[in-house]
Amino acid sequence: MRHSLFLKIGPATFRIGSAWRQPLDHLKTLYADYPAADGGITDFTVRLEPSAFLRRWVRPSIFITGDHGLADAAPMSLDHGLLAAEMGMNLQMALGWRRHLLLHASSVEKDGRALVMTGESGSGKSTLAAQLGERGWRLMGDEFALLDLLTGELLPFPRLVSLKNGAIGVLAAEAPSARLGPLLTGTAKGDICHLVPRADAIVRMGERARPSMLLFPRFGHEAAVRPVGQGEVFMRLTQASTNYVALGEPGFAALTRFVQAVPSHALDFRSGEEAIDMVERLWAMRE
Amino acid sequence: MNALPLVRALREPASAATLDVPGWNALIAMARAERLIGTLAFRLADQPLPPAMQPILADARIDAERESRQALWEADRAAEAIKPLGLPLLLLKGTAYAAAGLKAGEGRFIGDLDILVPRASMPAVERSLLDAGWEWVKSDPYDDAYYRQWMHELPPLIHSSRDRMIDVHHTILPLTARQRPDAEAIMAEAVPITGQLSMLSAEDRICHAAAHLLADGDLAGGLRNLWDIHCLLKDVDAEGLEERARRHGLLPHVRQARRLAEALYGAGARLTPWDRLVRARLLARDGWGRETHKLLRFGFYLRSHWLRMPPAMLARHLWTKWRKGHRPA
Repeated sequence: MRHSLFLKIGPATFRIGSAWRQPLDHLKTLYADYPAADGGITDFTVRLEPSAFLRRWVRPSIFITGDHGLADAAPMSLDHGLLAAEMGMNLQMALGWRRHLLLHASSVEKDGRALVMTGESGSGKSTLAAQLGERGWRLMGDEFALLDLLTGELLPFPRLVSLKNGAIGVLAAEAPSARLGPLLTGTAKGDICHLVPRADAIVRMGERARPSMLLFPRFGHEAAVRPVGQGEVFMRLTQASTNYVALGEPGFAALTRFVQAVPSHALDFRSGEEAIDMVERLWAMRE
Repeated sequence: MNALPLVRALREPASAATLDVPGWNALIAMARAERLIGTLAFRLADQPLPPAMQPILADARIDAERESRQALWEADRAAEAIKPLGLPLLLLKGTAYAAAGLKAGEGRFIGDLDILVPRASMPAVERSLLDAGWEWVKSDPYDDAYYRQWMHELPPLIHSSRDRMIDVHHTILPLTARQRPDAEAIMAEAVPITGQLSMLSAEDRICHAAAHLLADGDLAGGLRNLWDIHCLLKDVDAEGLEERARRHGLLPHVRQARRLAEALYGAGARLTPWDRLVRARLLARDGWGRETHKLLRFGFYLRSHWLRMPPAMLARHLWTKWRKGHRPA
């Protein structure tokens, strides 16, 4: 393809090809401090192609695909090229990663122990992880948590944090503007801005942690903490995993062990400050 | 660039040792796009590989094992569903290769479950499958009527809880095709795999694969189908195959498939100009996994319709589809 870039995020490597220069220039800037993956064999190929022949030049529009793709993926405007590239990498992980159980969850680490947060889009898991990442925790990832099938440890996947709508202002108040990407307005999910994780999250992206607590955050509700039973946790995590079925028995064994070993709580909250207080208290109280 | 590096790696696994890093990346992308990554993983299993290749191919082997396990379970369920009819489940293509442990099944991607039943039994088989939890995929009355009148299979069924498709065929080519394979003879000579499962005879397996590749369809996924044929050819002698192909009216197709399999995956063969065009279409894939030669691909897409239907019928079909908003990819 006309333009290409190699990236390494956690255990995964990507070769990204693009018909346009712009999306890759954004990636280059924001991933500048990540270890170089140039010249290596990569796990996945991502392609950003014109959605139709003329769409390379006229009202440019991106079709996201690669080794794994969705035939009915909606095309995206070139103005959202950075988001398209990120989505392309996520797509490869979600559909193609087999080396760990992949959970749609954010995670942060302290003293070698990991806090995992899962929930639907809009639950606040991503924002909460990003805020904790600015306040003494190491951000392991805002989107995917990778669970080792044999050891039960959690692996980081610290890609750029994707901040949406209200979360953008929250993090802009905490993180230096040099770590924020361009503001993308009018995407399918509203406004989006990417945040480069703090340097420690990037330098230590090969460092695993033992999962020690699982939270199901829910933004916009009266503050409350409830225990969640193992059966419910198991079912919700199978739904939060994109490769649970594909992994077969090893996936079942790893998830069973995770559910039995890791205490879980549902966490309702109305503001980030409230949630962070509750998280710190729960964390201090865990056995 | 075309897909020759993939073909070379499958033909001669030791040749992969000469690949550089961009060469490996291109090979992976092509193999994934052609759904041959599992087959490639099996072929390269004993080769010295760069460390970064090991986990990629290990993943592909895991996926292939799951494919095969799932396909065999699906066959088991279908066999159970039609058991009261007293018919063995006659498996076609990938599931048959996996069930019988054929070389063509090693690492093979398996999509739908394809089975062959006598035409007279179609309504009973259809009822049994619907009773056992399969349901229609297409609800369009035109498509449904089209399948039933002109195709060699029922409209595809999908299982409501397992989400897997089954294609129930009564012969190996659409009824609109110019060739008329002898479906009764194919079923009469089927060979058992287990008590409940059976597959086509060695000769008919190739006739079917060649018909599917060259007398039907637009050659999408053709490199994989040709790899099947290359593997299946080891189980037949040339004379028996020719005789069988002649009986089905498929001799030119089987001969061409053999030439192409020899040329790409074997020791080489003399190709006709038409063979070369097919070869170019089969190889139309670049090192990013992209389709290339759009015009050539479109030509074969048009040809696939031409093969299936006489001109007046084709015109009417395309007009109906166009009005429904379908556009060629």
